[in-house]
Amino acid sequence: MKQHFFLAWRYVAFHKGKTTILVACVSLTLFLPLFLSRMISGFEERLMARAEATPLVIGAKGSRFDLALHALHFRGRTPDLLSMRDHREIRETGLAMAVPLFSRFSARGYSIAGTTLDYFTQRKLTVARGETLSMLGDCVLGANVARELKLGPGDHLLSDPKNVFDIAGDYPLRMRVTGVLATSESPDDNAVFVDLKTAWVIEGIGHGHKDMEKAPDRNVVLERSDTNVVANAALPQFMEITSENSASFHFHAEPEDLPITATLAWPNDEKSRALLLGRFNTGHGDTQILVSTEVVGEMLGLVFKVKRFFDANFALFAVSTGLFLALTILLSLRLRRREMQTLFQLGCSRGTVFWLQAAELAIVLAISLCVAAALTATVGASGDWMIHRLM
Amino acid sequence: MNAAIHDVEFAYGDGGFRLRIPELAVASGEKVAFVGPSGSGKTTLLRLLAGVHVPDRGSVETGGARLDRLSDAERRAFRIRRVGFVFQDFELIDYLNVRENILLPCRINPALRPDADARKSAETLAESLGLADKLRRRVDQLSQGERQRVAIARALLPKPEMILADEPTGNLDPANKRRIVEILFDRAASSQATLVVVTHDHSLLDGFDRVVDFERFREGAPA
Repeated sequence: MKQHFFLAWRYVAFHKGKTTILVACVSLTLFLPLFLSRMISGFEERLMARAEATPLVIGAKGSRFDLALHALHFRGRTPDLLSMRDHREIRETGLAMAVPLFSRFSARGYSIAGTTLDYFTQRKLTVARGETLSMLGDCVLGANVARELKLGPGDHLLSDPKNVFDIAGDYPLRMRVTGVLATSESPDDNAVFVDLKTAWVIEGIGHGHKDMEKAPDRNVVLERSDTNVVANAALPQFMEITSENSASFHFHAEPEDLPITATLAWPNDEKSRALLLGRFNTGHGDTQILVSTEVVGEMLGLVFKVKRFFDANFALFAVSTGLFLALTILLSLRLRRREMQTLFQLGCSRGTVFWLQAAELAIVLAISLCVAAALTATVGASGDWMIHRLM
Repeated sequence: MNAAIHDVEFAYGDGGFRLRIPELAVASGEKVAFVGPSGSGKTTLLRLLAGVHVPDRGSVETGGARLDRLSDAERRAFRIRRVGFVFQDFELIDYLNVRENILLPCRINPALRPDADARKSAETLAESLGLADKLRRRVDQLSQGERQRVAIARALLPKPEMILADEPTGNLDPANKRRIVEILFDRAASSQATLVVVTHDHSLLDGFDRVVDFERFREGAPA
């Protein structure tokens, strides 16, 4: 058998082009399902971990998947809004630690999540560099955001305008980076965190401008009375909140009516969880409550259905590769007929010819396995990073 | 090793060619040339003598063995041990170097081993055939004459008792033709092997003990 492998190795090493093509075909056939399987199990692991870390999500009625994706991963379509009144109701039940979340904007492509400091506590997020949020206009960056944008404490970050053609719309806010979070291997690494009030300022509900009593341009004043000064839209608003102008910032809405996209809830215990679910599942206005793991489980169910389609596809791919291999061997045998005839005349048995072919196939398969394993190991090394980036 | 053919008939499966040889004998140590035009059955006869083919009728006895009565495995064992083949187109294996081509019979036959003795024999043969400095060369880097010498070395490695050469000079220039024939004579003499050479080149017939013209075995030819 050693001699068969020696001759077979000489053959495959001599015909490098043919061997490379065969190895590439077989390697891909082996690698693709391994890669997909690894990626999907990585996704599943991360999605589930995030869901388990956020037991309940309360949001406006609508798509459960949109709400879960948005509240847990800051991704997808923004769900309909809740108000701070809804959040207060949840908090006042005393059944759970409730954290509001308002995430509608982005900064250089990264979601801005308006929340409270409780969010960091509940998520066990720590500031690796700088400090946490302390005043209006501050932001704390997720680890990836800081790394990708090369920003750190003391730098500034501008929020993305929602609609560049809406000249009367929201103005981008120049935020001050006060800190960078430690890597958490979660969607928090890809988010920009601000205080809820800062998020409302970006939304355009709150703003700051110069005192109208000292307005430099009389043309911006539409009406002036003893108690009120009404200005037109030409009144310049501050695009950055500083210690000098922060006092001028105010909100044009009742505190109870200010919007949020979701409330994340960590129930005190199983009983509290059951009570909260019961209360919000039995027709509580326009709100819905989601058990994160259930919704994520449903989403993964869809993913696995798609995976089954891919699995079937890979099976067909494997069959076609097998047929391609068989065809290659048959054609190769035909091309090598004279060589085989010579071997036969020199005393080689038909069995030896068979084993020579088998050894060649075994070598190609062995190399392919090594290549597929190396590719899988490479992907394994960068797979977490890829999954993290994709999420 | 002697050979005797008696009343042999052989036809290929397609039925297009039929060889009939009433009687033919080759003595041990004899140098015999088979001459005749292409398609007259010279190569077929070599294969019958080596046990590659089995006659449809009649008997082939080589070195005391009735090849027509042996099994495939027995004929193969006979071929490995006692017969050396040299081909017109050399039939060297392009993915092996010179040394590996010479040692090929040892690699494809479980009865032989490419051990130290075989390697030493290969080197000695290569040296005697002027190939000592080319052992690591790929065979496609050799001249035609050198390739045929590699093929001869390969045929001689198992120390055969009979050398069967099928048009061994067919692809060579005149100078190399004579040289190859001389090498075959020399090798056959030094190993006391019987030499059977098939050729249609009448200029090479000097030095053979006997020349057998295949015209006489053609269908319709007078016996």
